[in-house]
Amino acid sequence: MSDSVWILGTSMTRFTRHEGRDLVDLASEAALDALDDGGVTVHDLDVLACGTLFSANASVGQQLLGQIGQTGISIYNVANACATGATAVRVALMAIRSGEASMALALGVEKMGKMGLLGSPPRAPKGPTTYEASGRFGSVRSVDGLLGTKTMPGVFGQAGMRYAHDHPGVGFEQFAKIAHKNHLHSTLNPLAQYRKEFSLDEVKASPMVAYPNTLLMCCPTGDGAAAAVLVSEERLRSLSADQRRRAVKISASVLTSDPYVEGGQVQPDVNTLTRNAADVAYEQAGVGPGDLDLVELHDCFASAELIHYDNLRLCEPGGAGDFIDSGAPYRDGATPVNVSGGLISKGHPIGATGVANIYEIATHLRGEAGDRQIPDARVGLAHVIGLGSSCGVHILERSAA
Amino acid sequence: MASERIPLVAYLVLEPEPHLVAQQCVRCGARFFDRRNACGSCGGRDFEPAPVAVTGHLRAFSIVHRAAPGVTAPFVSAIVEAGDGTTVRANLVEVPPDPAEIQLGMPVRLVTYPAGTDSEGTECIAFGFAPVSA
Ligand SMILES: [Zn+2]
Repeated sequence: MSDSVWILGTSMTRFTRHEGRDLVDLASEAALDALDDGGVTVHDLDVLACGTLFSANASVGQQLLGQIGQTGISIYNVANACATGATAVRVALMAIRSGEASMALALGVEKMGKMGLLGSPPRAPKGPTTYEASGRFGSVRSVDGLLGTKTMPGVFGQAGMRYAHDHPGVGFEQFAKIAHKNHLHSTLNPLAQYRKEFSLDEVKASPMVAYPNTLLMCCPTGDGAAAAVLVSEERLRSLSADQRRRAVKISASVLTSDPYVEGGQVQPDVNTLTRNAADVAYEQAGVGPGDLDLVELHDCFASAELIHYDNLRLCEPGGAGDFIDSGAPYRDGATPVNVSGGLISKGHPIGATGVANIYEIATHLRGEAGDRQIPDARVGLAHVIGLGSSCGVHILERSAA
Repeated sequence: MASERIPLVAYLVLEPEPHLVAQQCVRCGARFFDRRNACGSCGGRDFEPAPVAVTGHLRAFSIVHRAAPGVTAPFVSAIVEAGDGTTVRANLVEVPPDPAEIQLGMPVRLVTYPAGTDSEGTECIAFGFAPVSA
């Protein structure tokens, strides 16, 4: 117990398209708000873990401290696809666990604007061509659109359809319900990129991106930042009663990558590493799926959320279709999932996402989630997955004090 | 004149009958389609070519409507489990891009088709999977 790590302060910016504000503006807002929330300053920090993906070579952590306080501490700039934010949290946590630090800031930030379709290759050059085998597959030209798709909506569409193949009763209708739920949830979240309810029919009738995912079943691109101040249990004990009361315990922190499975290098297997991460996290925390009061999981696409019900053991094995059909993951259901609106509606500025999920859970556990508060929330789980693949799972618990 | 033909990818072999050839780990039997440094399953260093079954069934698909510039859409991206258990990704062809026309689990077979010609007249041959008519 004495080596537990706690969240002392946390914050996120609104997720949206922040015109006229750069990466460092967003990072500074999240960092300063998280420090203020925890009642500490940049001078109290021993370590900064700064996650950003598309500007991973820009020393964003140093740029941030250049604006808010150059204290000379260790900075770890991290990138790990859509698990970048969760990786920053884990780096901060490991620094504290190692004994080298007693207070650390984990921050995730991204500025994407309108990036378009992720996963599509650069456009082929024009002009004369000579076919010549090159690259790891000995290809003579781009294979995108000839040998299937590697774009994200299609890859996760296939992952959902593979589940549908194995589990009759799962299909377009179930995926659509998930998007309906998450858009509905976001209407209560002032920090969400979109806050508009759509009917099930509107979800199904919106333009098809990659079947079974229509546009309203896909996360948008956007800008935003989120931050969390982590503190050792020993240092927490030296802080005020109010700081201790609002602190949230990190009961489990896990990061997995994808183990070998047949076909996993052809169609990414996002299931096995998620199952592995969840199982270790439940073991670490000493809680089970039935103990969770809320879950924020990586719904980059509606088809992804469905399979993660099963991967995170939120439903009976094979029962993800029944789970959404029963209404269980709605905010008034048995296991509320993505009450923030999820990536689909809250937004997905990639580096920020894995910290923002933790912000959301912690805010409910503190009873400070306002209109969207899940009553008397005590335990919550935050999950992200970055294709390629990495999976981060954190389980948080309300302070007993 | 277009007298030469070249496979789209090195793991597609056109003669005598079109089929795929995987790199199979000698130690554990794991199959890969790319150039290997070692085995992603067991770490083995030795591989042998292994022909992949040309028939199989449809494990998953997505009908891609929004694609990168220059890519013809919609198209059906398919994950096929070949008869010998090897997983292959390719387009599903000879079927309309309509979910009502595509059944998960349906039997498919490997087919080839021309996918462009370069400045010297060499024709690129791609592969896909087509439904097997009952
Ligand atoms: Zn092997």
